[in-house]
Amino acid sequence: MNFRTTLSLLLLLGGFGLFPVFSGAQSLTDGIFMNKKFLCAGVFYGHDAWDEYWEGTLLRTNGNIGTVTTQNVLLGLNYGITDRLNAVVMAPYVWTEASAGTLAGQSGIQDLTLGLKYNVVAFNGLGGRMSVQAVAGGSLPLTDYVADHLPLSIGLQSKTLFGRGILHYAAENNLTFLLSGTYTLRSNIEIDRESYYTTEQIYSNEVEMPDAAQLYFRGGYYSFRWGAELTASHNMTLGGFDIRRQDMPFPSNNMDLTRVGVEAFYRFSFLGDLQLLGQVNQTVAGRNMGKSLGWTLGLTKFINFNKD
Amino acid sequence: MKKHILSLLAFSVLFFIFSACDKEVTGEYAELQPLSPANQDLNAGAWKTVVLATPDEVAVPAPSDVNSAEYQAEVAASKQALAGLTDEQKEIIRYWSAGSVLRWNEIMRYLVAKHNLAPAPNADGTYPVPDASNPFSYPEFPFANPPYSARAYAYASVAQFDALVAGWHFKSLYNRPAPYNVDATIEPYHVVKTSLPTYPLEDAVVAGAAFTMLRALFPADTAFINEKVNEAAWYKQWAGAAVASDVTAGLNLGKSVAAKVLNRAKSDGMKNAIGSKAIQDSLQQRVEALGETSWKSLESPNRLGMLVQFGKVKPWLFDPANIEAVRPAAPPSTQSDAFKAQLEEVKREADPSDREKMRIVHFWADGTGTYTPPGHWNVFAFEEIYNAGQSEVRAARNFALLNMAMMDAAIACWEAKYHYMVPRPSQMDPSIKTLTGLPNFPAYTSGHSTFSAAGATVLGHLFPSKAATFNAWAEEASLSRLYGGIHYRMDCEAGLLCGQVIGGFAVDRARTDGAE
Repeated sequence: MNFRTTLSLLLLLGGFGLFPVFSGAQSLTDGIFMNKKFLCAGVFYGHDAWDEYWEGTLLRTNGNIGTVTTQNVLLGLNYGITDRLNAVVMAPYVWTEASAGTLAGQSGIQDLTLGLKYNVVAFNGLGGRMSVQAVAGGSLPLTDYVADHLPLSIGLQSKTLFGRGILHYAAENNLTFLLSGTYTLRSNIEIDRESYYTTEQIYSNEVEMPDAAQLYFRGGYYSFRWGAELTASHNMTLGGFDIRRQDMPFPSNNMDLTRVGVEAFYRFSFLGDLQLLGQVNQTVAGRNMGKSLGWTLGLTKFINFNKD
Repeated sequence: MKKHILSLLAFSVLFFIFSACDKEVTGEYAELQPLSPANQDLNAGAWKTVVLATPDEVAVPAPSDVNSAEYQAEVAASKQALAGLTDEQKEIIRYWSAGSVLRWNEIMRYLVAKHNLAPAPNADGTYPVPDASNPFSYPEFPFANPPYSARAYAYASVAQFDALVAGWHFKSLYNRPAPYNVDATIEPYHVVKTSLPTYPLEDAVVAGAAFTMLRALFPADTAFINEKVNEAAWYKQWAGAAVASDVTAGLNLGKSVAAKVLNRAKSDGMKNAIGSKAIQDSLQQRVEALGETSWKSLESPNRLGMLVQFGKVKPWLFDPANIEAVRPAAPPSTQSDAFKAQLEEVKREADPSDREKMRIVHFWADGTGTYTPPGHWNVFAFEEIYNAGQSEVRAARNFALLNMAMMDAAIACWEAKYHYMVPRPSQMDPSIKTLTGLPNFPAYTSGHSTFSAAGATVLGHLFPSKAATFNAWAEEASLSRLYGGIHYRMDCEAGLLCGQVIGGFAVDRARTDGAE
């Protein structure tokens, strides 16, 4: 079910509260399709915290922010338009805080993500079912939150379009793996000041946002009743600049992030197959991002809109 | 199935259209037209200088006659340069022809933003101190915080102004015309022809002043500054608008005048401005002995307050012996109900859910990694000076008036801060969260308010049709600190008043300096 990976996505809201683009992208990373006229509705809570961050490539702590915690509640829907075409929509409410210093956290509704996932081709092989899938989607901010308040912004305000290719394999013995690659176009953003310093002094309220890319892997056991998988993702900003020594982060920093994690779910038959899922994720490498530990819990439920 | 392929195709098309959009954000420098002043201020050689006693304090030798072989050879060399202009030279000429004073002001703001980063703490919780004699090793010298940068803008502007007054004096004295007024066949590249004598060349005068002053203020950027000096000094010679001796005389004059201004800088008290833990402790003990809660650093690890002794730096526009006349009135006791009311107001006003307040806070923050509040007011001055098409010498005069006022504003404000040692709102009530970085120095009075009122007062005098706008901006800049949760309203109001007084000193000077 698609929302199991909504998790990995949401965790990426962490770090500097950045990478909302990947969140949307990743909710659509799942290899599995809803059948026609089936709806999957989900609600998720995510918690992500770091007390070390990469200032450029230097891993450090900062006594004036302590531990930065980003939390979110996300609502999502995934609907089977046909057996081969699914539509996903989701939006989170995000709030941030720093444990030390005086800087105020931010809160608000972040970005709306919409996506379509299409099963391009599926065939039998390697003792299981292989499929190649394509995902297309985009995101746009739902509110006028402040992007230029890092590391406590709830998002980056950029509008995105993303395209993804997925290779998915499910064996008859329920072993599964998935590999995907994503390219995300990001629109420039406007901030509240008329000039800012990157590697130059720029006189504009417009900030050039480099595009982003992601590689994603997951693999493990998946059955209808339960599943457990390992995940790994590498997110890259294709450009941008490093935070200078003792400077503040900025929306167009060169933000990279590598995470590994574990996901698991169980469907309770006595609750109408209500699915409970959870995920834990650790950042292992990064640049201009927090080295965060994140976890998510979620509940999802199928609703059948077929007449029979 | 076909439908789906179509929608995928449609998405692909959309994707490529989106990606083809030109995302590049430029704006490293303003796109400006070539300078063509309506008024050349030919009498500026008689204007009142700041550091120089007389405009001819530095001698400039008499130039060769326009009919001499020596001069004709120089003209020929300039014509040759003009005929062989490279694309790079053309770009340099288009950049500088907007006016040297404007461009150096822009460059100054870049240097300040580049260096406006506090040193990161050492592993043992101490802080390294930037060292002017070892500027390249971390932390790079300087830490261009607001007082440092206010002073830097002031010295750079004053050096340019005094050098240009001297330059104008010698221009009038020797009255050697531009080469295109000697040889009518010369059509300069992208430089507007004027009747202003070119010996010594104004752009070279300013470049010479910048050479001496900026290398002292930003020693880690010597190579960059040298490159800019070379471009600024010589572009008019390449463009057919000056000859080599105009340039060299200008450079020499600018450097020599700036050396005199630099002597003032070396003895203005800045080298002691950083203060010490012992001095800060004694200031804290003084107010605690009066039964007050003293300001303390909320930074972690604990950091010495920013420029504890900057209030003792020598001002331009008032006698430091009269500092008490400039010093804002004492704030209410930290133990009083009046103070408590101020604190409660901060708690109400600092509201991260109020988007308009957040905009105001961020618009005026000018914090870490920026050109600072004095830089922001230089941007406003830059726009007005450009729009008015002022001569180089008038532009320099107006920047000097503005920046002397803002440096003095910094002195008066810092003197008050460390005299009264008023704690920040978050120290008195840790539940107060700030919408911008909490500055590491006492609250009373607000630096933004003092800078802004001084800036608005000077600019309002120089550009009276916009005086109301400048005052409104100063008010908003001031309130941004209350909204940000880092200042009480009393800090803002007292800062505005003090800034107006100091701005008034600059206005008094402006009225009597011979330029009005």
